[in-house]
Amino acid sequence: MARLTTTLLVATALVAVAGCAPKRPKDLPPPPQGAQQTYPDQRPSGPVGDQILPGSSADFKRSVTSDTVHFSTDMYDVDPEARAILDSQVAWLQKFTNVRITVEGHADERGTREYNLALGDRRANAAKNYLATRGIAPERISTISYGKERPVAMGSDEASWAQNRRAVTVVLN
Amino acid sequence: MKMIRDLLATAAMVGAAPVFAQDAPPPAALVPPSAQQPAPPAGQAAPPPLEVSVTGGISAPMPIAIPVMPTSDPVATPAGTTEELGRKLADVITKDLKNSGLFTPLGAGQLKPVAFPEVTAPTFDYWGGTGAQALVQGYVRANGDGNLTVGCYLYDVSAKSELTRQGFVVPPSDWRRAAHKCADAVYTRLTGEGPYFDSRVVYVSESGPKAHRIKRLAIMDQDGANGRFLTNGQSIVLTPRFAPNQQSIVYLSFANDRPSIYVYEIGSGRQRLVVSGVNLNFAPRFSPDGHSILFSMAIGGNTDLYSVAATGGTPRRLTNSPGIDTGGSYSPDGSKIAFESDRSGGQQIYVMNADGSNQQRITFAGGRYATPAWSPRGDLIAFTRVTGNFRIGVMSPTGGNEKLLTNAWQDEGPSWSPNGRVLMFFRTGQGSGKSDLWSVDLTGVNERAVPTPLDGSDPSWGPLRP
Repeated sequence: MARLTTTLLVATALVAVAGCAPKRPKDLPPPPQGAQQTYPDQRPSGPVGDQILPGSSADFKRSVTSDTVHFSTDMYDVDPEARAILDSQVAWLQKFTNVRITVEGHADERGTREYNLALGDRRANAAKNYLATRGIAPERISTISYGKERPVAMGSDEASWAQNRRAVTVVLN
Repeated sequence: MKMIRDLLATAAMVGAAPVFAQDAPPPAALVPPSAQQPAPPAGQAAPPPLEVSVTGGISAPMPIAIPVMPTSDPVATPAGTTEELGRKLADVITKDLKNSGLFTPLGAGQLKPVAFPEVTAPTFDYWGGTGAQALVQGYVRANGDGNLTVGCYLYDVSAKSELTRQGFVVPPSDWRRAAHKCADAVYTRLTGEGPYFDSRVVYVSESGPKAHRIKRLAIMDQDGANGRFLTNGQSIVLTPRFAPNQQSIVYLSFANDRPSIYVYEIGSGRQRLVVSGVNLNFAPRFSPDGHSILFSMAIGGNTDLYSVAATGGTPRRLTNSPGIDTGGSYSPDGSKIAFESDRSGGQQIYVMNADGSNQQRITFAGGRYATPAWSPRGDLIAFTRVTGNFRIGVMSPTGGNEKLLTNAWQDEGPSWSPNGRVLMFFRTGQGSGKSDLWSVDLTGVNERAVPTPLDGSDPSWGPLRP
């Protein structure tokens, strides 16, 4: 009788994708006592990018509440909602202590060009400072301001502007 | 080498002996007839001096005739035949004067052709019949040494007198500069204002979708001609400024994801970083003497104004407030700097000495004020007023006497013409986010679009070319 070899995989490895598994016996033997049972990845070999690597940018984005915090008009204070988001980022960053990040600061189009560069810088540093107070070493965090140059929402309306007033945490590869 | 020499001393006085060339006497065919003007009929006063009224905001544009410039000798040049150049010169002069808003040119197409000898002996009765009050005549000649000579004469039609004349020697590639210099001679003589047509503008050429605008540094003549790109769009570029000697441009680049200011040498295309280090540095301006660069630097989330030698070095801090201090514009004598700061809660304009001392707020009218630009005449500070919309305005350098000049959704970043008469700025469309260059007279009239091949923003009007 064929024996199914189980392999113990590290941390956040993927579960095998259904439909690509080889033939299995109808009745599985009971799992070993106390051992974590996972199946090896049985998909046909493909590019490494199919698999999200731990500590990667993709891993960050799917692990944290959000990579983006938002701000009120002309403001750069980190409100409670932003703190909760940044706390989830802190948790991930504490798991992967070799990872470095950039915090991007952005402003909406309702300000003049140079002032908005300064405002974006304020927002990036506000997020950085919060992460630092929560224990992330400042040396791991660089900042950049894009002012109003890189909006994510294209309308000229309050909803779009609110989305554009933001600080985005980007994992550096 | 591109050089223009004035061939003539400006002869503003009727009857002054014309001096045509600084060295050799002019060829006989080009010597004007006797400078004696006909005396007014006995008992009649001389007609009043011809001038365009530029005060009070509403001026009646002066009808002015600008016929094609004939040539004594039709020959081919690298810029076209001298006959073609005669048409093109008249066309450029016509557009300059028309776009100033102070003249109504009668186009060459409506006017009779002018024979070469008539250039210095106008048929005033004909010109009076066209309704023109002033007449610009000139000629084009290939010198035989590769250069062109362009003569430029301005006449008062009803007084039947010459008002001024100038001549220019240019390489064929610079023929447009001769036209701009001629237009400037006409403009200054008739308005009493300083010249501005022979100048260039550096700006940011924009294209692409709103989420990812492609921005390239670009330079062009103030009338939109001779435009070219200076950077390739791979990095965001913003807020360029001409050096006073016009040999370089200082600007902000996001190259290598490290937004910093660079000096770009126009002749060689070489660039150099001005300030080293990791801190965001932006909003660069040359001092009027060209020796230093004023800029903003953000350290730990706080932006202040600094000054550094134009050749690089250790920056000297000028402001030290917890607010955002940025922008910055020197008075023309270099003794003061106007800047914007939100230290009081929102953006307002302040003036300080160039060493950072005596910082005084000058805007108190409510709303926010940004992007101060000190006029080259020293008499006004232009600004962007933000109250939801962005509007261009001017005020006195001590604050007050505010006048708003435009009224669209977002007009931003005024830059002065060399004579302190016209403001160029950029206008952004609501929703589309597309920006274009516009200009307006300081009295608020003659608001018009500046032609660029793509979209445009962040214009910086350079000095008059020597």
